[in-house]
Parts: sequence; C-alpha cells; structure tokens
Amino acid sequence: MSLIFEQLLNGLQFGMMLFLMASGLTLVVGIMNFINLAHGTLYMAGAFFAVTFQLLTGSYLAAVGLAVASTALLGLLIEFLIAQPLYKRDHLDQVLCTFGIILFLNELARVIWGSAPLRMDAPVWLDGSVDLAGIAYPVYRLAIIAVSAAVALALYVVITKTRLGMLIRAGASDRTMIVGLGVNIQLLYGLVFAVGAALAALAGLLAAPLLAVQVGMGDHVLILTLVVVVIGGVGSVQGALLAALLVGVIDTVGRVTLPTGFGNIVIYVLMAMILFWRPRGLFPSNA
Amino acid sequence: MKLKSIIAATAATVGLTVGAMAQAQEVRIGLLTTLTGPLAALGQHARDGFALAVEEAGGKLGGVTTKVMVEDDQLRPDVAVQLATKLAEREKIDILTGVIFSNVAMAVVKPTAENRVFFISPNAGPSALAGKQCSPWFYSTAWQNDQPHEAMGAHLQAEGVKKVYLVAPNYNAGKDALNGFKRSFKGTVLGESYPSMNQLDFAAEISQIRAAKPDAVYVFLSGGMGINFTRQYAQARLTGEIPMYSAFTVDAITLPAVGEAAVGTFQSNLWNEDLDNAANRRFVAAFKKKYDYLPSNYAAQSYDTARMIDAALRATGGKINDKKAFAAAMRNVKFDSVRGPFAFNSNNFPIGNFYLLETIKRADGKVEQVTRKTILTGAKDAYFGECRMEGL
Repeated sequence: MSLIFEQLLNGLQFGMMLFLMASGLTLVVGIMNFINLAHGTLYMAGAFFAVTFQLLTGSYLAAVGLAVASTALLGLLIEFLIAQPLYKRDHLDQVLCTFGIILFLNELARVIWGSAPLRMDAPVWLDGSVDLAGIAYPVYRLAIIAVSAAVALALYVVITKTRLGMLIRAGASDRTMIVGLGVNIQLLYGLVFAVGAALAALAGLLAAPLLAVQVGMGDHVLILTLVVVVIGGVGSVQGALLAALLVGVIDTVGRVTLPTGFGNIVIYVLMAMILFWRPRGLFPSNA
Repeated sequence: MKLKSIIAATAATVGLTVGAMAQAQEVRIGLLTTLTGPLAALGQHARDGFALAVEEAGGKLGGVTTKVMVEDDQLRPDVAVQLATKLAEREKIDILTGVIFSNVAMAVVKPTAENRVFFISPNAGPSALAGKQCSPWFYSTAWQNDQPHEAMGAHLQAEGVKKVYLVAPNYNAGKDALNGFKRSFKGTVLGESYPSMNQLDFAAEISQIRAAKPDAVYVFLSGGMGINFTRQYAQARLTGEIPMYSAFTVDAITLPAVGEAAVGTFQSNLWNEDLDNAANRRFVAAFKKKYDYLPSNYAAQSYDTARMIDAALRATGGKINDKKAFAAAMRNVKFDSVRGPFAFNSNNFPIGNFYLLETIKRADGKVEQVTRKTILTGAKDAYFGECRMEGL
C-alpha cells in the first residue's frame, strides 16, 4: 500500500517537472505557432548556468536567480536573432533551424564546460528525507513538487486574471485578430519566449541535483515534453498541467507494474489513444 | 634463361628494398573514437591515453615513426564504417584503434578485415567477436563486455550474498550484462529492472528496490544514467541500507559528477588509479602531468594498446607489412600492462585480472576509488570456446 503511495508521489514529482518544461513550450508553440525544438537546450543551459553560478557565488538561491535570468536572456537572443525571421516560414523550416540550434549550443556547451558531466548539489537545507506515512521520502523531491505547484498557480493567475494573460490567451486562439486590434505582438512574442526559456531553465536547474549535468541532457526531456504538449493541447497551460501529471503518473506506475518493454511505451500508447479521440489534445486552446 | 633469372633476381631485390624502405618509414594508425555527444569524455580519454604512450616512445612506437590519425565516430555505426573505410583505403592505415562502443566495433570489423587492417579495440568487446565471429584481424586489449559483470557476480557469490536486485538498461548489452552477472552469481534474483535507454529519473525503480528488501543491488547503467541513478539512490538514503554494486556505472569519468553520493558503493573494473605496479604508477603520474585531469580505465586501456603495439613492433623489428609476423608478435606480446598480468587468449581477447573497487571519501574531503581486492585472477571470457581462429 505504502509502495503504491510512494510510486504515486514519484509520478506526481516527475509530472510536475514535465509541466515546467511543457508550460513554456506549449505557449511558444501555441501563441507564436513556432515549433521550438531548442526548448530542451534551454533546459540544459539552465542547469549549466546554475552549476557555474553556484561555483561563482557559493549561494544556491543566487545561482537559481542568475541562471533563470541568464537563460531568459538567451531565450530573448534566440527569439530576436533566429526565431523572428522564421515566424512566417513553414514548420519544416522552423524544425530544421531549431534543430540546428540544438547542435550548435550542444557543441558550444562542450567547448565551454567540457565533455565530462558536471555535478550540482542540492542545498544542505533541502538534503535529507521526511517520513511520509512510513516512507522516507527525499525532501528535495518534495521541494520540486512545491516549486512547480507554485509556478503552476502563478501561471494560472497571470493567464486568467491579468491583461497580459488575456493577450496571451487571445494570441493562442487567434493571432491575426490580435494583431488587427493593434497589440504589439513583437513585444508579446519576446516576452512569451523569455518566460518559456526561464521555465525551461527552472526545470533544468531543479533537475540538476538529481541528474548529470552534461551536454545533450535536454534532448531526452524534449521528447517527453512534446508528448505532454500534444496530449494537453497546443497552447493550453491547463492542458499541459493535466497532461504532465497524467504522463508522469502513468509512466511511473507503468514502468513498475507492466512487463519490461511495455512500461516504456505506455505513454506513447496513451498519446495515440488521446489523439485518436481528441485529435487536438485534451484542452485545445483555439477550439 | 640466365637473363631471365637475373631480371627476376633484380626485380626481387628492388621489390624487397622498396618494401623494406616502406617498412622502415612509418606505422600508420587510425584512432577512431567517440569525440562528440554525451559520451565524448570516454573517447577523449582513449585519445589522450594513446597519445601519451606515443609521446613517451618519442613518436616512434617500436622504434618506427608513428602517424596517428584521429577521427570522430559520433557513436554512429554508419559514420564509423565510412571513416574506417576512408582510413584504410585512402590513408593506408596498418592499425585501427580507439573504438569504445560495441555497436561501432561490430560495424568496422568487416571494413578493417577486408582491407587487411588490424583492428585493436581498446574497450569494445562484443560477445560475437569473442566467440563465433572471432577474427585474426581483431584484438581486444580490454575485456569481453560481460566480464566486469561476471566478476561482480563472482564477488557477491563469494561474499555469501543471498538475494539481489538487478538494474540494467533495456537493450541488448543490458540483458547481456545481467546474464553475465547471473553466470557467476547463484543466489536469488528478487527482481530485474530494465529502464529504457536514457531514462532520467529512477525514483520508481528505487522505490521498488526498497520494497523488495534485497541484500544487495547490482547496477549496470553507463554514462549519465549511472550518475543519475547513483545520486538518486543516495538521496533516497539507500546506499547505507542496501549496498550498491556496479560496473561501467561509477568510474573516473562519472565520479566527479556523482560526488559523495558514490561513497560506500562498490565497482568491478580491470584497472584503478592506485593499482600497485611500476607501469601504472608511471602512467598515472605522466597522465596527470600532461593533461591535468585524472585518467580513467578508458585512458589506461588505450595507453596499454599503444604500448602493446610498441612491444609487438619491437618483436618484428619494426615491420608491420608482414601481417603474419605482426599477428604472431601480437598474440605472444610481452609488455608491462598497467592493469597487471596480461596475455592473449586463443580468441585474441585478454586473460587478466578483475578488481573490486570501493568509493571512499578521504580525510581531505576528496572522493576517490580504492582497490580493495583482486576478485578474479587470469580471467578468461565465456565465449572463447566458440571461437575457431583462422590463419591470416
């Protein structure tokens, strides 16, 4: 019984991590109609920046802040230099170009940080475990759940209660119309891209103490993130949250209950089933 | 008649002279290894270890001018085949080495043998090449892939461990690894977990292990997977509770990224930095001095490969054009290996020792691996009986 509870908690934590990634990507894809494969690379950048800033400043919180800010800047740079000219081009061009960014930034990271994996340690005050109904659960994993939940709440408030959120929702459902209404779409795009990058960086640096910080670490996350975005419905943060939790829990439970091999494909089966009945995802933003 | 034989004799002499000159000129070596992608550090170690040995020989392995051409296989068999073919046909290499990964090794076995190029693998040792598909053109200077797992199985068996839980990635080498482990471990396997390749989070597997309550857990997860698992295992506070044993998971390359999470875990390997032999002490000191980082077993194996080529070339008087003579010199090669005793088995795979390493934290806070004991002495792989070695 406690094993099931523990696995559900594991699934929840994994799902929340995926949500941080997927919420940024779903906005970029949904609002700008821009397929950004380099989203995983921003996740890697967040982790590398955090390791570096932690070494430089000696403070975990400062490293978190600086890494998120630097990655947001990197996101803005990518948006300005590379994404802008591609908004009007078709998806294939965008995929090719952002794939190029992955290759370029991966190699750049190798030049700067080397090919040996790096380590980021969780701060001492998040080290250790707590007793949850008889299971010793790592505090750090609970902290990930808490931070992600706070981000989800903040995104919900911004998107449903503010003027900016209204513009974002409007952008996701009808881009042409909001340009027609005189909204500075350039500014909105830049902002969304930067927020997406910041969220990816947050996901990357939160994962860093659990994972090896190394070149290419974002590439595998990207695939799962795309699955979440597609299941949730492109452009919908609410859909991304539900899909991320669904994928996190089903993947975790599937891996330990189904025979080897089946557990690893269960989320792709889930995606196929959902797309069969709801081709635009669970919460299509422009339905 | 007389004239004819004079011409023939002259031609033979000229031919011999030209041949001898070519032999005296140089030995050409292609170093095909993985230098990009997440596992590039392994290739970097192999390249640097080899270069160190060539430098120590004054740029002349076996007294012959040595030309090393480095290429990046990108861990892609298709790319590796192209590069191996190019090196063999255009660069006229005598020896190909550097290959770390077995899928790459399997891909370049054919193009090297067809071009009469010796393929001396410093790491990859797939079972096929040790057994049915063994070849007089292929040598492994490290191990057959299953051996570190067999060694750890033997160790846990000898320690009287009764119940284990096994973890390996869900691909052929993962299954082979656990089969290798089970070849020498006869106790109960409570569970086997095969996470998918490049899985990031092992929370689910770790919860299962905790619930299964084994005496020990044995893990084969290379590269980033191994780092992630070891750290998450320690974060779950299991390292002290259920001892973790592994191979290819915690090594000199991954240890800096694993950090203190690895303290108290055990590994099997054919080499460690602290192995107490003269060749190794010299190698470790020279490597640190030249490259300013710690060598791994991949660097050691590649260093050994170059020194083995050096010894074989000395035995043939620096000649490699006589392929039969060089092959014979390789099979009977005598050199001071950094791993301790070394000899080739009938399948051109090594007969060597395997060691138990423990990761510890020194008083000054540095985390490092120390050799605890020799698990297997003069170990042979499980496949050499299937090998019918042909002549060249």
